[in-house]
Amino acid sequence: MTIEELEQIAKSVQQENEKYDYEINVCMDLACASQGAGAIKDALEQAAGSCGKKVCVRKTGCMGPCSHGPLVRVDACDDPEDTLYHHVKAKNAEAIVKSLGEKPVAELQCDLSGHFDKQVRVVLENAGYIDPEKIDDYIARDGYKALLTVLTEMTPSGVIHRITESGLRGRGGGGYPTGLKWGTVAKAAGDVKYVVCNGDEGDPGAFMDRSVMEGDPHRVIEGMAIAAYAVGANKGFIYVRAEYPVAVSRLTTALREARRHGLLGNNICNTPFSFDVEIRLGAGAFVCGEETALIASIEGQRGTPRPRPPYPASSGLWGKPTLINNVETYANIAPIVRNGGKWFFNMGSERSKGTKVFALTGKISNTGLVEVPMGIKLREIIEDIGGGVPGGHTFKAVQTGGPSGGCIPSEMLDVGVSYDALLKMGSIMGSGGMIVMDDTSCMVNVARFFIEFCMTESCGKCIPCRAGTAQMFTLLTRICTGTGTMDDLALLEDLCTTVKETSLCGLGQTAPNPVLSTLKYFRTEYIEHIANKRCPAGVCNMEAALEVVA
Amino acid sequence: MRKNGFARHALIETLHTVQSSFGFLDDEAIRFVALSLRVPLSQAYGVATFYHYFTLKPPGRHTCTVCAGTACYIKGADKLIAAAEQRLGIKQGQTTPDGNISLMVARCVGACSRAPVALSDGEVVGEATREQVLEQLERWAAE
Repeated sequence: MTIEELEQIAKSVQQENEKYDYEINVCMDLACASQGAGAIKDALEQAAGSCGKKVCVRKTGCMGPCSHGPLVRVDACDDPEDTLYHHVKAKNAEAIVKSLGEKPVAELQCDLSGHFDKQVRVVLENAGYIDPEKIDDYIARDGYKALLTVLTEMTPSGVIHRITESGLRGRGGGGYPTGLKWGTVAKAAGDVKYVVCNGDEGDPGAFMDRSVMEGDPHRVIEGMAIAAYAVGANKGFIYVRAEYPVAVSRLTTALREARRHGLLGNNICNTPFSFDVEIRLGAGAFVCGEETALIASIEGQRGTPRPRPPYPASSGLWGKPTLINNVETYANIAPIVRNGGKWFFNMGSERSKGTKVFALTGKISNTGLVEVPMGIKLREIIEDIGGGVPGGHTFKAVQTGGPSGGCIPSEMLDVGVSYDALLKMGSIMGSGGMIVMDDTSCMVNVARFFIEFCMTESCGKCIPCRAGTAQMFTLLTRICTGTGTMDDLALLEDLCTTVKETSLCGLGQTAPNPVLSTLKYFRTEYIEHIANKRCPAGVCNMEAALEVVA
Repeated sequence: MRKNGFARHALIETLHTVQSSFGFLDDEAIRFVALSLRVPLSQAYGVATFYHYFTLKPPGRHTCTVCAGTACYIKGADKLIAAAEQRLGIKQGQTTPDGNISLMVARCVGACSRAPVALSDGEVVGEATREQVLEQLERWAAE
């Protein structure tokens, strides 16, 4: 495969597309698929086949606003404006096909301009536009161009320089500068090195990585191949949760297609560079998102973390230097190589560059996937993009970073989103889950939920995490049932600090965050539970405690 | 196993294959896998018990899974679980004595935008209600 051949494929796809006057894209992501997107696609195909117009029906990855699903988007070649239909049913297929070239079907039309206007799509640029199971669709949108440019025109250090220049930071949550990490692995001694993609999206409430792997799998593979060339690795692993069977099958298809096109394998593009990728399945352990635990899991062992250093960059998989990045990080690589580091550097805030994908869920009107430039205010995400809290309820808090993150109250909504700002507020960027809570959510109960999660997910290797989270859970349960005392609260705070400072890995070190942040911003709710045996949100059941008092 | 060249590090992959064929991992299967891959039995058993995805007990004919990820929890997944537990007379993670229905709790299936989510035999039901879950359980019970 050469650049010319790549362009040839892109051109033939374009010619093929030009045969059609209309493209009907059907979102087949999990949320839409579970509402019958498959039947809708069949109905549209049938209607399109017999309508006499030149129509092509395509299945795509996630289009974004999942709460409006099933989504169908119509692109007409003579009209730059797309038409987005929401809550589509199979019986609407006839009407949609009939409307092509005429007025859109008004009752299905979906106006979400506020939702899309503030978004900037880099990672999700192809999601909703390509068929994830067709490599040609990806190539037609500049896919694999970055890889071939890198292999034929750039040196490994040149690639690392470009990534460093872009200011990209790890999207898995930690925010470690990606260029620096690549540089360390590239410099590490040894002939055998590995590249690993962390697709163990264990954070409950987040599904960005799933959508990227399902909607645009080649983008991840291309990012990994570029990384492998930069650090000098020949073998890669994608670690995916077993809970995501569709992602696994799409990636398997993508790998097969890439190999067939000579974009993976030996002597890619007639250069000395060889690289291939294997998929490894997770098996339901949150701790495996931690890099040393992930390595243990790929090696076929129990996923328990080990102390660092040595960091995986010097001694990782089977003791070899290993580069581990998150799915979203790899998904950013190809656009950076194509458009240059400066282009990426100019987006975002001072110390957090580029864009970030968030999974916006919970008590909010437009749930789904959004991609925003760093530095955007939380308020803009929640009110403008998310459409605010529905049902006449009031906003109470937004939770970011999953079980390792914290709850941010409404007073702080005008802060711009960046790694450092979120950390300062007692939360973390995390992988990108963003869960909105309204006045019907009890913050003590939420803290208890997260601690229960960390307690069951603790691998049990180190004592602060194993025993600490269990004790914190007991204390929080007492407070939630109305039997807690002020001493319990003091003990809880003390325990938070101990667990945070003495745990071995990220899971334990961040497990107290939900408790600490709710204590910081919603302390009155805790006190109300203890002193007045009352749950302000009406979530916790305190009847047992009240009977004792009476 | 052959697909992975009997590599020792493919233990988790192999256990996945066994579980998807037989529905669960029994002692015999774990022993066979350990022997074939030349890994200590303790490691095979350790891996099988460490990961939540593997189950050592046979599942029921039908499985009702309720997602208890954060978004689902905020939207009342706990009430769905409680309703199902009450109807079946079992706790989460258990199977009815007649082996018909298993009630499981998942740690997030990634369909958070349609929370709360329940899975009936693996099929995603978004924005699930108490009534929907109970109706499904009745249908299975009547079979």
